[in-house]
Amino acid sequence: MTAKKTFTIFDQELVPEHRILSEEEKEELLKRYRVKLSQLPQIKASDPAVQALGAKPGDVIEIKRKSPTAGVYYYYRIVVED
Amino acid sequence: MHSMKKVIGSIEFGILSPQEIRKMSAAEITVPDTYSEDGYPIDGGLMDRRLGVIDPNLRCETCGANYKECPGHFGHIELARPVIHVGFAKTIYRILESTCRECGRIRLTDEEIEEYMTKFNVNEARKSEIDALVTEVYKKARERMVCPHCGAPQYQIKFERPTIYWEIRRDEEGNEYRHRMMPSEIRDRLEKIPDKDLPLLGLDPEKSRPEWMVLTVLPVPPVTVRPSITLESGIRAEDDLTHKLVDIIRINARLKQNIEAGAPQLIIEDLWDLLQYHVTTYFDNETSGIPPAKHKSGRPLKTLAQRLKGKEGRFRKNLSGKRVNFSARTVISPDPMISINEVGVPLVVAMELTVPEKVTEFNIEKLRKMILNGPEKYPGANYVIDPQGRRIRLMESNKENIANMLDIGWTVERHLLDGDIVLFNRQPSLHRMSIMAHRVRVMPYKTFRLNLAVCPPYNADFDGDEMNLHVPQTEEAQAEARILMEVQNHILSPRYGGPIIGGIQDHISGGYLLTREGSYFTKYEVEQMLMFAGVDVKELPKPDKVENGIEYWSGKTIFSLLLPKDLTIWYRNKLCDDPSQCEPIEKLIEEKLVPSEEEIRKVATDGFVYIHNGKLLSGAIDKKAYGREDGKILDIIVREYGVERARQFLDQVTKLAIWVITHKGFTTGIDDEDLPDEAKARIREIIMEAEKKVQRLIEAYKNGELEPLPGKTLEETLESKIMAVLSEARDNAGKVAEKYLGMNNHTVIMAKTGARGKILNITQMAAMLGQQSIRGKRLYRGYRNRVLSHFKPGDLGARAKGFIVNSYKSGLSPQEYFFHAMGGREGLVDTAVRTAQSGYMQRRLINALQDLKVDYDGTVRDPTGIIVQFRYGEDGVDPMKSWGGKTVDVDRVIMRTLIKIREKG
Ligand SMILES: [Mg+2]
Ligand SMILES: [Zn+2]
Ligand SMILES: [Zn+2]
Repeated sequence: MTAKKTFTIFDQELVPEHRILSEEEKEELLKRYRVKLSQLPQIKASDPAVQALGAKPGDVIEIKRKSPTAGVYYYYRIVVED
Repeated sequence: MHSMKKVIGSIEFGILSPQEIRKMSAAEITVPDTYSEDGYPIDGGLMDRRLGVIDPNLRCETCGANYKECPGHFGHIELARPVIHVGFAKTIYRILESTCRECGRIRLTDEEIEEYMTKFNVNEARKSEIDALVTEVYKKARERMVCPHCGAPQYQIKFERPTIYWEIRRDEEGNEYRHRMMPSEIRDRLEKIPDKDLPLLGLDPEKSRPEWMVLTVLPVPPVTVRPSITLESGIRAEDDLTHKLVDIIRINARLKQNIEAGAPQLIIEDLWDLLQYHVTTYFDNETSGIPPAKHKSGRPLKTLAQRLKGKEGRFRKNLSGKRVNFSARTVISPDPMISINEVGVPLVVAMELTVPEKVTEFNIEKLRKMILNGPEKYPGANYVIDPQGRRIRLMESNKENIANMLDIGWTVERHLLDGDIVLFNRQPSLHRMSIMAHRVRVMPYKTFRLNLAVCPPYNADFDGDEMNLHVPQTEEAQAEARILMEVQNHILSPRYGGPIIGGIQDHISGGYLLTREGSYFTKYEVEQMLMFAGVDVKELPKPDKVENGIEYWSGKTIFSLLLPKDLTIWYRNKLCDDPSQCEPIEKLIEEKLVPSEEEIRKVATDGFVYIHNGKLLSGAIDKKAYGREDGKILDIIVREYGVERARQFLDQVTKLAIWVITHKGFTTGIDDEDLPDEAKARIREIIMEAEKKVQRLIEAYKNGELEPLPGKTLEETLESKIMAVLSEARDNAGKVAEKYLGMNNHTVIMAKTGARGKILNITQMAAMLGQQSIRGKRLYRGYRNRVLSHFKPGDLGARAKGFIVNSYKSGLSPQEYFFHAMGGREGLVDTAVRTAQSGYMQRRLINALQDLKVDYDGTVRDPTGIIVQFRYGEDGVDPMKSWGGKTVDVDRVIMRTLIKIREKG
């Protein structure tokens, strides 16, 4: 165990920031975009970023991306089983 | 016309049950024939009058209407034995594999069933998720060889395309044997499956019971769907579907007779298989695994699936694309005198296409006159619609009568008039600028006329191109076309946020001739050109110089008359090939912001454009002024003064340029490529040096002295070094040619201003063609170890592998000519392949993107509301209105503000 190198994908330049939304934030998001959970874009539970966060199916992930046009761009995805 | 208006709420697909087929049937069809001797439909035959009629003299026996009004009615055939529906053969196999052969339950435990059912219902799963779950259920159920519900052992099932199923059974001794499952046995099994298990198999018990996939009754489509045609010889030819149905009925009857007569099982099964074959090919005559049913002539029959499938099928030919009225198509030709948003329409077209105009107290007299003119005299009218909605054709005989009856509330379908809005289109319609709205200009002759500046968005030229024209028929459509689609609204392209409509070719050359340093015009010329360009000036500006008592105006002064009065912009143009020339003026402007005119005059150069408050103070006009893709002045005018001003500017500036170029004279001939002997000698030297260098490289390679470049083999290193030497040689030869050909040379003017062609083209015409290549490599294919038999095998030299030392003017040697053809071929193949590939890519992209839209909240969603982007393009900016992709050009805002402040004091 000790000899194993730790590798965190979020240290990588090309991996954008991921964050699990709290229940309140989730509600807020659904209200803001007037959507049902099923209308959000999806992300598989097996996605390395989801696993690193420890998110469960049903959680909503906020992805903070660098955007060449907008600077920062937030994207939201619901975690689904694969 | 009285039509009932209904709105479609939703569409669901299901499988027809036998009961439904019988219920919608108007008649059972039992006779395998169509018409009797006397030419009337046989009762109970395939043309039965209860299925509708196609004969104008007959009436439908179901609804009583004639052939025009009767929509046709379905009939049915009672099959003597059930048959598999090919379309569902795979599904049937899947269902058989995942259900119990004894009790019909799905081969999952109760717990598993419950688990999957909850997954199905959880947050109203998407189609793709349901599909994934169904496959998962199938995989799990198939593996289970003992039924969890009744404990019955299960056998493996083999499916033989297209419609045969085997069960691999075991006898008492444990020997395997194959049991053929006939459709009736399969149907019995499917019937046993309880409704509650069906969702897990991906079926809705209400709309698609699995046993309905095995047909016991076959619907017979209405006669109107498969009309017979009478050939000139008077022989009646039946539709392919009718032929197929005849076969089905015939075999069905024979099968029935044999069963009733108690024929041996073997014979019955043969007939049964034959019936299955006919029903299968009736649905799809391209089913793999069985021979297609053929016509007597050997042509395969076009049955149901063939009617729908592919590019010529019902979907792509008739539903996604339709033929329209109120449209015209003819050859196009140029007209530099009309505005970019106009289209010249031939008189004959204008008299055929009409616009419905409602009669009001304001236009009644005008329309009455048009009615009196009738359909034969322009401007007239072809039809009127009275307040009851009746369409009356105008004729010589009735036009006076109708003109008298005309009143408010009528509608007149009048001829196309100048100023009407129409849609103009050229295929392939690859982007939205392929269809734009133009205003009509009715003209003599028979071609559509369009302004040259709109050739790029349509990708049109005049070597025989044809274009289409459509006339919007309602006020809403006309308003929409006017507001959203008119040409000036599309000057800027959404692709790169720059102008796609702009001056081309002579517009650019002419602009240069007008504005270059030392270009002056007399008063007479100035008046002529301004009149020609349609520029309205009250008073001419002060002349720029007076020589021998004659006043002269510079081209820059004239050009400035077209510009908005407070336009300020500066940029380096295409003529600025020596940065040191442009730097002083650029520095001066950027430091002072409002330099005096004298200061500017001192540093002015053709390569740097400076416009201050609508006055062109420095620089000549080239492609960067108002050309497509990088017309800076045009770009600024669209953004800061609006599209209408931009249209006016473009109309005027192109006409002005055309006046100048026609009156100065502009041509190009072979003598434009004449080089003095010293230049030719210098080019020969360059070639010799290059060939020597190549020889040295080859020597070095042969002696093993060549150092390989990183990542390359020795051979690759040699090749790339040779290529570098040869391309440098061509560049140098080009530079020599360029040095001797100045801005008095028309070819050079065109290349340097960006009007047409590149410097490279001049190099190839005057100096040399240089290396020919295929896929970026020197030519190498042909004979063994050599391209042509004129060279020694293994010759690595320049000339042996496609280096052309001659120019187009000096003429190519036979070997060079062949090399050139080799290189040229690649370009042709490339374009052919590229258009095919990009066409297919376009289709796929459109299919994927066509239903996405930007909602009012700025999100991009599909029609079901699934979010694709939370903000359109991440920044929510319309690329057409962006500044080269950026939301705002902050530098320009600051610059404009600073200038305003400094000017005030
Ligand atoms: Mg053409
Ligand atoms: Zn009818
Ligand atoms: Zn069972």
